[in-house]
Amino acid sequence: MSQFFQIQDIGAITPELELVAFGMFLLIFDLLIPDKRKLGLIALAGIAISGLFLFRLRNTDFSAYGGVLALDPFSIFFKSIFLIAAALSIAISLKYLDIERENHGEYYALILFATMGMMFMAGAVDLVTLYIGLETMAIATYILVGFLRSNQRSNEASMKYFLLGAFSSGILLYGMSLLYGLSGSTRFVDIAEALSRRPLTDPISMMAMITLSAGMFFKVAAVPFHQWTPDAYEGAPTSITAFMSVAVKAASFAMMVRIFMVAIYPLRPQWLPIMAAVSVMTMTIGNIAAITQSNVKRMLAYSSISHAGYILIGFIAGNETGLTAVPLYLFIYTFTNLGAWAVIVALRRKDVIGEQIDDMAGLFFRHPSGAVLMLIFLLSLAGIPPTAGFIGKYYLFAAAIQTGHNTLAVIAVLNAAISIYFYFRIVVSMFMREATEKTGLVYAPGLTMTLAIATFFTLLIGVYPDPFIAMARQAVVLGF
Amino acid sequence: MLELILFYTFGTIAVVSAILVITRHNVVHSAAFLGATLFAVAGIFLTLQAEFLAGVQVIVYVGGILVLFVFVIMLIAVERSVHERQYNRQRTIALITSAILIVEIAYGLYRGRDSLILPSIVTPPAAAAAVGNSEQVGTALYTSYLLPFEIASILLLVAIVGAVVLAKKRTPAEE
Repeated sequence: MSQFFQIQDIGAITPELELVAFGMFLLIFDLLIPDKRKLGLIALAGIAISGLFLFRLRNTDFSAYGGVLALDPFSIFFKSIFLIAAALSIAISLKYLDIERENHGEYYALILFATMGMMFMAGAVDLVTLYIGLETMAIATYILVGFLRSNQRSNEASMKYFLLGAFSSGILLYGMSLLYGLSGSTRFVDIAEALSRRPLTDPISMMAMITLSAGMFFKVAAVPFHQWTPDAYEGAPTSITAFMSVAVKAASFAMMVRIFMVAIYPLRPQWLPIMAAVSVMTMTIGNIAAITQSNVKRMLAYSSISHAGYILIGFIAGNETGLTAVPLYLFIYTFTNLGAWAVIVALRRKDVIGEQIDDMAGLFFRHPSGAVLMLIFLLSLAGIPPTAGFIGKYYLFAAAIQTGHNTLAVIAVLNAAISIYFYFRIVVSMFMREATEKTGLVYAPGLTMTLAIATFFTLLIGVYPDPFIAMARQAVVLGF
Repeated sequence: MLELILFYTFGTIAVVSAILVITRHNVVHSAAFLGATLFAVAGIFLTLQAEFLAGVQVIVYVGGILVLFVFVIMLIAVERSVHERQYNRQRTIALITSAILIVEIAYGLYRGRDSLILPSIVTPPAAAAAVGNSEQVGTALYTSYLLPFEIASILLLVAIVGAVVLAKKRTPAEE
């Protein structure tokens, strides 16, 4: 491979280039097209075309740009998660932004740019590329969180997320600079090679590992770096909360897999206890804090924290089952969680915010389809068969038992049991309480489409998971 | 020996002014000390024979970012900030935590000092020195780091769009 730019390198990034092109078109069309919903449709077309380009690259496995970017099954699997999440988030935004009176072309452009950043994060096998992709995603997300400019909660959420995010990026960079100092290279494989040549207790590699882990635990909202999550998720526009809780989270986990399973894999005996402690704390604190919430957005924010804790089990197990479970769980979580958020978006009407559990009271009697769909998503989040969530949890917990982490598996199962309690608080409110108001849900075409797709996949993966498991396994087996 | 003296001089200036940046009540003074810190860091880069980085440090940080800070300070009420409380109630906890962190990092660096010495970085090889530091940075940017270099332009675009989105006035139609 030449160190210079080659023409096939362009081919490796066509999906990303296409997203950038559409993002820039949107910025221009924003000035020409008064109906902003059309811009959303253009953005959806951009994502679809990007998906086509990605599909054409599906069987490739090579590294481009002198070895800073890998185009392997792992990155392609994650990139498809980002594209699906971005498309569904845009679909639920169309009507929602009209109600909030903040429908602007920049919104869709920023989602496309953020998605592009994520795609580079999933493909990066080099610290510099990874970090630039991460920042592109993060900066676009900070802005999107504060997109409801006249809403104080949104402003506050954006500010908090920005300050803490910038701080955590600084810590992450500190770890990266130490790794560079140790190895003299920014490539993950060179770093792993340099680390394996030093003693395990080398203080500098320990410091690099700890700062790097702290930065990444912040990005995936693991305890004790989770405090920003409920505020940011509550204040952000609900469609962006949905986007953050699936796409941003998946991108951060893709980055974690590359860092922990490649770059600092030689330090595994050192990071394993930290990871196990963080995983247990994240599951437990996330679930227990969710019990006391009366705001559904905050409750789902804590629930997303606890899900991050489950996914960390995959890293702790570290075998094939565990690593397969990470992308599989994130894939399932994308549909399940986006579906749940879509129902909450549908509850937002002109005069009703629709975020409190009380707002869902008697939803079944007012709007049976909405209530039944929400029930399916909540069952999946809780991990109850025959929904997809069960398959994801099953794989994670099985991986923990296979590798002898029995205590961890028991704690995880107990946590799954706790989570059923607060998910069913919503169910009880929807099915067993008197309706407090008469108005129904707002079903815009985009919302209906998202709900249909999310329900279809949540049930399909639940009853026929084999092809999806095979895809996830191929992603990690060939990727590592 | 001269290198060592220069390093400690610049290092002391950088650290002392950095502390002054966060302890001065008057933001204009803070900005001035920030400038001193940035210049001192540029000096350290020079002692490491990274003249390109030193130049960029001065042009971008002092010439660009610091000037922006001063512009913002001109637009806000400086007099009020002088009289406001500078730290919140968590000051003691923060001081203790930072002290522990500093000791930890210092201990770690001290224990692992041997592993950080990378001869190729501290003293550039003769061939590289002949080409010059700026050329090396340019070569690296357009070969190994071409892709991140290009993505950075999108990053800047996102930041500009974001600043405009958050700062622009609401049109009457949106009210």
